[in-house]
This record gives sequence, C-alpha cells and structure tokens, in this order.
Amino acid sequence: MLEVAVRHRFPGFALEAEFGSPGAGVTALFGPSGCGKSTILAAVAGLLRPEAGRVVAGGEVLLDTARGVSVAPERRRCGVVFQDARLFPHLSVASNLRYGLRRAPRGATRDAEGPGFGEVVELLGLGGLLGRRPLGLSGGERQRVALGRALLARPRLLLMDEPLAALDAGRRAEVLPFLARLRDAAGLPILYVTHALDEVDALADRLVLLEAGRVLAAGTVEALAARADLPALARRRDAGAVIGCTVLGQDAARGLTRLGFEGGELVVAQRPGLAVGARLRLRLRARDVAVATEAPRGISMHNILPARLEVVVSAGEAEAMLRLRVGPTALLARVTRDSVGRLGLAPGMAVFALVKSIAFDHAGPG
Amino acid sequence: MPNSIGATARRGDTDAELTAISGAWARMLSAEEWDAVRLSLAVAGRSVLVSLLPAVLVAWALARGRFPGRMLLDAVVHLPLVVPPVVVGWGLLMLFGVRGPIGGPLNDWFGVRLVFTTEGAALATAVMSFPLIVRSVRLGLEGLDPGLEEAARTLGAGWLDRFLTVTLPLMSPGILAGAVTAFAAGLGEFGAVITFASNIPGETQTLPLAIYSATQSPGGEAAAGRLALVSFALALTGLLLAELLGRRLGRWLGRA
Repeated sequence: MLEVAVRHRFPGFALEAEFGSPGAGVTALFGPSGCGKSTILAAVAGLLRPEAGRVVAGGEVLLDTARGVSVAPERRRCGVVFQDARLFPHLSVASNLRYGLRRAPRGATRDAEGPGFGEVVELLGLGGLLGRRPLGLSGGERQRVALGRALLARPRLLLMDEPLAALDAGRRAEVLPFLARLRDAAGLPILYVTHALDEVDALADRLVLLEAGRVLAAGTVEALAARADLPALARRRDAGAVIGCTVLGQDAARGLTRLGFEGGELVVAQRPGLAVGARLRLRLRARDVAVATEAPRGISMHNILPARLEVVVSAGEAEAMLRLRVGPTALLARVTRDSVGRLGLAPGMAVFALVKSIAFDHAGPG
Repeated sequence: MPNSIGATARRGDTDAELTAISGAWARMLSAEEWDAVRLSLAVAGRSVLVSLLPAVLVAWALARGRFPGRMLLDAVVHLPLVVPPVVVGWGLLMLFGVRGPIGGPLNDWFGVRLVFTTEGAALATAVMSFPLIVRSVRLGLEGLDPGLEEAARTLGAGWLDRFLTVTLPLMSPGILAGAVTAFAAGLGEFGAVITFASNIPGETQTLPLAIYSATQSPGGEAAAGRLALVSFALALTGLLLAELLGRRLGRWLGRA
C-alpha cells in the first residue's frame, strides 16, 4: 500500500500530484519530460523535500509535512535505480551489490526475507561480472548491477527513474526482460518513471498519467489505454488499446497462432514460442485498426471483429479516434475525419473492426 | 641572523650514521648541508601533516557548504597566495610570538615555543601551502558527482559512512595532488620561514635558507651550487612520484 501526495513549486512550474497504489506491482508514472514525474520520485526517496506532501509506504509515514515528519533518505528503505546507474567506480561489482545489503537493518533482513546475494546475482545474470569494475561494463550491464544493488538493500519499495532511458534500443531490449523478472521475483511495490509506452506495456500494472505537474488520470494500463479522451496517450503514434490474451492454439499447417481475449479471438502470424494457455498482453495500435460498416469480403486481413462504436473523439486536425467495444473489451481505431463523415460514423453504430497487424511490444505476462 | 654554515651546533651521531650508510653519497655534501636537506624534508613533511586535515575540511565546506561568510572564508584561505610571504611571517610573529595572543599562552601554559624553532618553520610552511591543498582538494570534490553520494544515501549510508566509503576515496586523487604540491612547495618556502623562524642552522635553516646563506658568504658559490642541485633533484623526484602515484590511484578508483 502506497500513498503519495506532493506539492512543490519551482520557478515557472508547479507540481501538485496525488495518487495511490494498492501494493506489489509496477505503477508507472508516465508523461512527457518536465511533467514532474522524476520530482515525485525524488520526494518519495527523500532526496527532495517538497513544500507540502505526504508519503506513506506499507503503513509507515515517510513524509508528512503537515505534522513535521520527514524520515531521512538513508532510513526510508526506498531502493532507487537512477537513469545513470550511479555505481561506485572505486568498488567492484560485488562490492557495489553488497553496499546496500551491508547496511540493511537486520530486522528487515529477517522479516522481509528478500532474495539473497546469490539469488539476485542469478536473477540478473551478474555472475560473470562480480570481479569487474563499473567502468568496464556496458550500459546495460551497469543498469542490471544497479537493479541488483537496489534490490539487495532490502527496500520496502523500489523507485526507478527512467532506468532504460540512457540506453540504446539494443541495450534496452537486453535489460527489459531482467526488469520483468525482477518485478515478478521482488514482490515489492515499484514506482517506475518513464516516457516510453512500450516499457509501460511490458512492465506496468497501473498507470499514473502526468502532464505539467498534475495527474491527468490513474488506473490500470488496460483501462487507461482504452480511453480515447486522453490526448497525452491518444496523440502518440503508438497509441492503442492494451488487452490481455490467452494463447488458444498453434496452427502449424497454416502458420498461425490463435489468441483469445474477453469477447473475441485474434489470429496472428505464428509465434512458435508461445505455449497454449500462456497469458500475454498485446497493444493493438489505433493506427493499425480500421473500421468498416459492412463485413468486407475478399480481404487479406484475418481479424474482422464485429464491434459497437462507442465514442468518436477528434484527434488532431484531420483525424479522429474511435473507441469500439468487442464484447467487454475496448479497442481504439484512428481514422481520418473524412472517413467519419463518409461512413456516417456515430456512437452506437454496429461496425466491423479490422485489425491489420498486432504489435507484440515486449508482450509480458498480462 | 646567524650567517654561515660553519657556525652549526653539530649533530654528531646522525652525521656518523649517515656517513657510514651512504658513503660517497653522503660525502657529496657537508654535514651542515645534509642538515639543511633533512630539515627541509622534515619541515615540509610536518607542514603537510598539520595542514592536510583542516584543508580537506575547509575545501569540503567551500565546495559543498552554503553558509554565511563562505566568500570571506574563501578569500582568507587564499590570502597566503597573494600576500608577500614576509607579511605572513610577520603576522605569525605577532600571533605566535612569546608575547602574542596565541604564542603567549602556549609558552606560559605548555612551554611550547614556536618562534625560531623547527616546529615554527613547519607552521609557517603549513600556512603558506594551505591554499594549495584547499584548491586541489576542492577541484577534486567539484569533479565528484553528488549523485553518487545520493545513491549511497538511498542505500542506507549515513553522512559519516557516505563520506568515508564514497566521498573520501573518490576525492583521494585531489588530496594526494594537493599534499604532493604542498610538500614540494614547502621544501622551498623562504620568506615566511625566515621571518617567523629565522635562519638557524640545524634548527630552521632549510634548503633555500642554506642556499641564501651560502650565496651571502665569501666562497660559498660551490656550496650554493650543490644545494641548488639537490633542490632540483628533490623537486623532480617529487613530481615524478606524484605522477606515478596519481596513475596508480586512478586505476584503483576505476578511472584510468
């Protein structure tokens, strides 16, 4: 259980944000740079003292300016992973990993029973790096060591400040699976600051959407992704609904994989790695979903889903965002304003959603 | 001012030992000249020992602290660099002389006299080289990413713990560079030493003072030349040693 409320003014910028998080799992603070998300993280860690604020983690008050309570950062037990790793250059990887472990309160070691040194080394694949110095590591390796160091400090809470933002695409892809493993193994509440939607899809359970120092919306990733009225999400090229799926079957003869979701089925080019019954999360990009008022025939697309049009929202000057319901599941489709007029699209209409392709952006367990 | 090298209170024992051990090397210089070399090393060494810790603390305060009077402290620390050394020596005489506000009580209560003693020479040298250490340490500190101390903090390290395990090791190249520079400069400190501690052979007559005395006495050119050569060799050795140590330290810190 985590409660965060922060109010702080900078020259030309005011932050006033409040949100909660029910417990273990990743809460992503998402928004453009300069929206205050890193400031919130610093306030939770205690590295910044906000003008007013209250932070409660696991029933313990870490900050309450109204009552003059502010626990020192070194006693907050918030494991922080910084964008720039911040490994100690004069210590070996092993000593870096043990830095927090050595200083963890003994009580916490016993009652929290966090993963031990060996387990973390195993979890993050650090076995070959232990004797090395941070200078000789790649960016991805450094970030993995930083993850391990934070986790070994027996934190009550993990705070990650854009841990992948300083890495190139290849390194990000290398570290992301480790992040997912850490999330599942740690069983801790994690606050994850990012401006990358694919990281949200792959890791986050809940999303806090920030803009200009305010919380625009908060909720599960699926619920927020399906809202057409959130410009911060809907304007992006990779905007789209996020849906949880189960693998229903592999059709090797036709080279297809069948996926089921609440209210329908999708067929995708075969993904042999997926076992039947596996859960995964897909992002159906709005620009990859088209709409027809009649069932099209003679078309290469596999996925033609009967749907009901719920909402039409203008998105930019020439485009509109449509929210469709397929059973209980919401999809987003981006079409031109001209199409809306030509087809007479209006809320309540029965339409067909045509899904062109499916992005498997780091589809993690849903 | 006692002037010539010949008028020395001899240190027979150490002379004998030194001569026995170093043979030809030792005979290169006279016993009095060796005294000057030894004194220079001792004075410079002590001056660094005395000023290192306060200099590190002052550098820390100047680099990281936000307190009223910070600029004034900064200026006062740098004064010995710009004020004539003789003035620094005179100031020390006023403060630490046997009737001075500090020297008086030291003499009366503890029997400690600094004027005209080796300790006094070390004090004068320490004051002169203090800004050199502060500057060097401060430069090292300002190049140190405060983010590392923040990281240590979130990992549960209190301020002393952070200072000892993160800040101090990472600023050690700056401390080393400052100490070596101060030592090398201390070997050659002239004005403040001669004013405060005078030019007493075997007591306060360091290398530069001995060279000065040699040039002032008839037929002292050869002695001055030998001592100048020693000065040169010491300075060169110091600089090379500093470079070598600096590289070692850099590697140890995971920089090089």
